[in-house]
Amino acid sequence: MIVMTQLRLLKFAGVLGTALMPFMLNAQVQLKGEIYDASAGPSQPLFGANVYHPESQSGTVVDENGFILEIPNLPARLVLSYVGYKTDTLDIKDTAYISYGLTPENDLEQVVVAARRSSKFISSFSTEQVIRVSSDELLKAACCNLSESFETNPAIDVNFSDAVTGTKQIKMLGLTSPYILITAENIPVVRGAAQSLGLSYVPGTWVESMQITKGAGSVTNGYESIAGQINVELQKPVSDVPFFFNAFLAGNGRQEFNTHLNTSVSDKWHTGLYVHGNQRQRVVDRNNDGFLDTPMAEQFNFLNRWQYTDTERGLVSFINARVLRDHKVSGQRGFRADLAQQSQNSWGSLIDTDRIDLSAKLGYVNPEITWQTIGIQGAWSLHNQKSNFGLRPYDIEHQSAYMTLLYNSIIGDTRHKIKLGLNGTYDRYDERLSFDALATNLQLFGRTEQGLGLFTEYAYNDMDKLGVTLGLRLDQHNLLGLFFTPRLHLKYQVLPKTTLRGSVGRGKRIPNIFSEHLNIFATGREITIETPGTQSSNNSDETPGNFYGLDPEIAWNFGLSLQQKFSLGTRSMTLGLDYYRTDFTSQVVVDWEEVGAIRFYNKSRPSWVESFQFDLAYSPWGLFDLQLAYKYYNLSTAFDSGDKRPILIPDHRVFANLAYTLEGRRENHPLKFDLTFNWLGNQRLPELPQSAVLWGQPKTPYITTINGQITKQWGSVFDWYFGIENIVDLRQQDPIINGDQPFSNDFDSSIVYGPIFGRMWYTGIRYKIPE
Amino acid sequence: MRKLMTLVVLLMATSLYAQDKNANGSLEVDGVCGMCKARIEKAAIKVTGVKSVKWNVDTHELNVIYDARKTSIDTVAKYVANAGHDTKKFTAPDKAYNAVSPCCKYRDEEVVKAHQ
Repeated sequence: MIVMTQLRLLKFAGVLGTALMPFMLNAQVQLKGEIYDASAGPSQPLFGANVYHPESQSGTVVDENGFILEIPNLPARLVLSYVGYKTDTLDIKDTAYISYGLTPENDLEQVVVAARRSSKFISSFSTEQVIRVSSDELLKAACCNLSESFETNPAIDVNFSDAVTGTKQIKMLGLTSPYILITAENIPVVRGAAQSLGLSYVPGTWVESMQITKGAGSVTNGYESIAGQINVELQKPVSDVPFFFNAFLAGNGRQEFNTHLNTSVSDKWHTGLYVHGNQRQRVVDRNNDGFLDTPMAEQFNFLNRWQYTDTERGLVSFINARVLRDHKVSGQRGFRADLAQQSQNSWGSLIDTDRIDLSAKLGYVNPEITWQTIGIQGAWSLHNQKSNFGLRPYDIEHQSAYMTLLYNSIIGDTRHKIKLGLNGTYDRYDERLSFDALATNLQLFGRTEQGLGLFTEYAYNDMDKLGVTLGLRLDQHNLLGLFFTPRLHLKYQVLPKTTLRGSVGRGKRIPNIFSEHLNIFATGREITIETPGTQSSNNSDETPGNFYGLDPEIAWNFGLSLQQKFSLGTRSMTLGLDYYRTDFTSQVVVDWEEVGAIRFYNKSRPSWVESFQFDLAYSPWGLFDLQLAYKYYNLSTAFDSGDKRPILIPDHRVFANLAYTLEGRRENHPLKFDLTFNWLGNQRLPELPQSAVLWGQPKTPYITTINGQITKQWGSVFDWYFGIENIVDLRQQDPIINGDQPFSNDFDSSIVYGPIFGRMWYTGIRYKIPE
Repeated sequence: MRKLMTLVVLLMATSLYAQDKNANGSLEVDGVCGMCKARIEKAAIKVTGVKSVKWNVDTHELNVIYDARKTSIDTVAKYVANAGHDTKKFTAPDKAYNAVSPCCKYRDEEVVKAHQ
């Protein structure tokens, strides 16, 4: 504790010191320049790239006017960095205009362009179809954590938050988040016990940028991803501002606070403290159904990062520690959390989560031969969730350890890159739950998973048109046996402005049926797991494990995409067209078809998902940006009762985003407007009880939502934003089925296909002390 | 696991201590912009024995890591000149120079000025 206090003092002194720095130093030399994508030339500047002068600890960010940096004297060494690009140093001898290109990183060979100033990029250099999302884009989303950060991105579909968890679930290519590998700096984060709520454990302000890869993904992060990968880069002590504060308040009583403190401890060590807290104490029941529209909640989330950089010896390291406590109460208005388990007077849900994460990575770049790098990465987490839904308990404890060793080199020359790696995982799960709503059928599940994987990835890039990435992975797993995971990505630039991509890959995973479907507990439905028995003979090459007596899920994903750029006068327009298909050779089906029951079973008959997307990004004039997308999903799941669409997935989706920046009289004091439109087609409903509003209806009505936000910036110091979610005030009617008999089999609060709360305002501030 | 470690260490060691295999050299190549950079680097990397190249727009310096048993800096310079970019030893043939895009005409004072 004493150490902690000293640490805080040290940090405070550091922040204060850095804040006063500009007044104490008399800057003498002004450097001007531009940073661009080396693979594409100066016509493709990297807005948002960082220019940093370590000696004076001053830095700046590149915008459309390039950059201006004042430093005390010359000669100087500048560090140039941008996410997804190799960090480079540049020795400056005089004040000549600097024009420098950064090379994309080996592992995610992406780049490129969308419209000018665009905060979203799809690279035409990258072999994979990667959508890069900068922190600017993240600021457009209303609030507050990762689960809410995808509202302005058409590649990801966001569900409406249900009344029990208050958390939005995401989908990609028509598949839910368990099929997406979600990582923070390449360490899986939304996984296992954290599957349903994990996105809400990453506060939005901690996110520096994101990369969304559609389709098979890379073998370096494991064999589990099927629909794609979302990687989040967190704020780094070296590049984040010394002090950041954010406060947020919404019409439903939600309050959020974020503070970042970053400081350097020595010339090589930097540290950052990131604290997040949120709460919602108000009872909100707008639709008067006796149930809370959104849970009462409290979260405390604390992250400490240490960053070590030694450019001379080529060493980089990160050490991270995170502690999280999350508490959610929902249900009937009269519900008392302290009487949860005994009382049938009122129905309520209670979810308490404690989580600890520790991770470290160490990277070595041979300073003489920069293509040779070695990295080691380790992570450990302990997740403990205790919850009650009415009388029904669900407790899960999950301990996880993860270790990766990665070696990068070349074959012949740098056009041929090779990766070799070794990857070990350990997971221990203990679950306690009741199959029925009255807690008479208590069940315990426990399992230990151990896996060791060997992988290699070969990437060819002819520095011109063709890119090929081939990944192979061999895993030995105590419950999954020995198996291969191949992944292939191809890119070909047919014409200078036309890029064609293809990908194919296999994924395999153990379904965590309960933690992935937390909403099943918020119903009166009785759970059954039907073990495959003899019908699994189709998968004789795969060892059936003892996870709930089910078989693993195996799927192949195949995708094709086309990207076309146009020049319209001085403006550019980007069109995208993509098609992805996922074929499950083995799937665990979640069957909601019967009233009062929820069934899990394996089906060896194939299930498949087809996803089609068309998108357009265009900046017609001035500082006006437009983005349009249309999506179509064709799905078939092999239910017992025949092949059908899975429930609650719309067939069509239309998306539009308009962004406009009004530049103020003073430089860097703009007023920004953002408007997002979403239209969802029909979603299939399961068989519903007679008391349900949509009883007898096969499908839900259309859903249209519009969100808007205004942001005023005062330099790089202060922002104020105000927004309205769901401007048209569309609401799902009577989302709770059989709410007057919450302990009956027909009770169901999980059928959520539209907004429950209706229109909502929110507002917030951001205050920064720049370097 | 241990075998792989040994392999990795061995791989590192062999390339670290074989100086001939990873000789470091540099030469001056004329050019003005990022497009030049792409052309220069593409020409240089195609030389058998060249492992990695990096051209700096400001200093005009082309850094080459190459296998000295298979090639030399002069060979690299010839290839780069044939792609249209002058080096100290070899001047680009007119035909090659004329083929570079208009914004890359580094012999033209005005083009050079436009990039400054």
